[in-house]
Amino acid sequence: MKSISELQKIREKVLSEVNLRQDRQDGIRIVVGMATCGIAAGARPVMQEFISEISKRNLLNVKVIQTGCIGMCRLEPIVEVYVPGQEKVTYVKMTPDKVARIVSEHIVNGKVVDEYTVGAQS
Amino acid sequence: MKDLSLHILDIIQNSIKAESTLIEVEISEDTKEDLLTITIKDNGRGMDEELLKKVLDPFVTTRTTRKVGLGLSLFKASCEQAEGSLTVDSVLGKATIVYAKLKHSHIDRKPIGDIASTMALAISSNENIDFIYKHKVDGNEFLLDTREIKKELDGVSVALPEVTCWIKDYIEEGIKNINGGNDL
Repeated sequence: MKSISELQKIREKVLSEVNLRQDRQDGIRIVVGMATCGIAAGARPVMQEFISEISKRNLLNVKVIQTGCIGMCRLEPIVEVYVPGQEKVTYVKMTPDKVARIVSEHIVNGKVVDEYTVGAQS
Repeated sequence: MKDLSLHILDIIQNSIKAESTLIEVEISEDTKEDLLTITIKDNGRGMDEELLKKVLDPFVTTRTTRKVGLGLSLFKASCEQAEGSLTVDSVLGKATIVYAKLKHSHIDRKPIGDIASTMALAISSNENIDFIYKHKVDGNEFLLDTREIKKELDGVSVALPEVTCWIKDYIEEGIKNINGGNDL
């Protein structure tokens, strides 16, 4: 049975890494479109998968956030990846299956997964 | 939308846009009365009577980028296909409440779906908003109040991936407990 006091453990772990985690300017942002169009197309499981993957790999400098309608509803679910100093990358027609590859190739190793981007699919 | 939890996620986005600081989601399942109700209440900027009157019209939206707003209309359609209804009430500057009613056993009643994911993502994406999630199944109740969670975390952010995952698991287990050990 889970209890709220388990959060203490997470808290202690986080605080022990606090210097690594500070709101760093060089952090990567993963932005998921979560308006009616995105939700209906399946954005929620995609976002959930990004969060699980990032938690599993303990990536401390990555944030997953939501935004509204990105404006290309027919290509939803859309995910934008912002790596500081680089151009924004837009992934379209996302599914949870595509997430692990984007995290390992793009987020961790810096190599954009071209075939999933808006340039390749639109 | 495939299930009700997606509608809830969608309606919560309205509350967020309306600058709410507290959003309450309550799901109540009463199999005796054969009733499923969903209430989403916020303390955001609310609507005036004019907007309230036409808010269920799919061609009404507060967005300026286009002329359609489908969230509430789609939710209303999902309620009506299960012999239910959807009402919206609001006090300008104070609060908005969306109340959905469905026949629990109706063959076309969409499943509740992954409500744990809906709540966990809404909570972690909006650190500055507090959420209360209440789920009742025939008199058993599960309650989650992010103010308690934030107190326990004491300064550590609810936006951290491991916290999000914990909240999701916590809700899943809580629902299982009030539902006789079964998932929804």
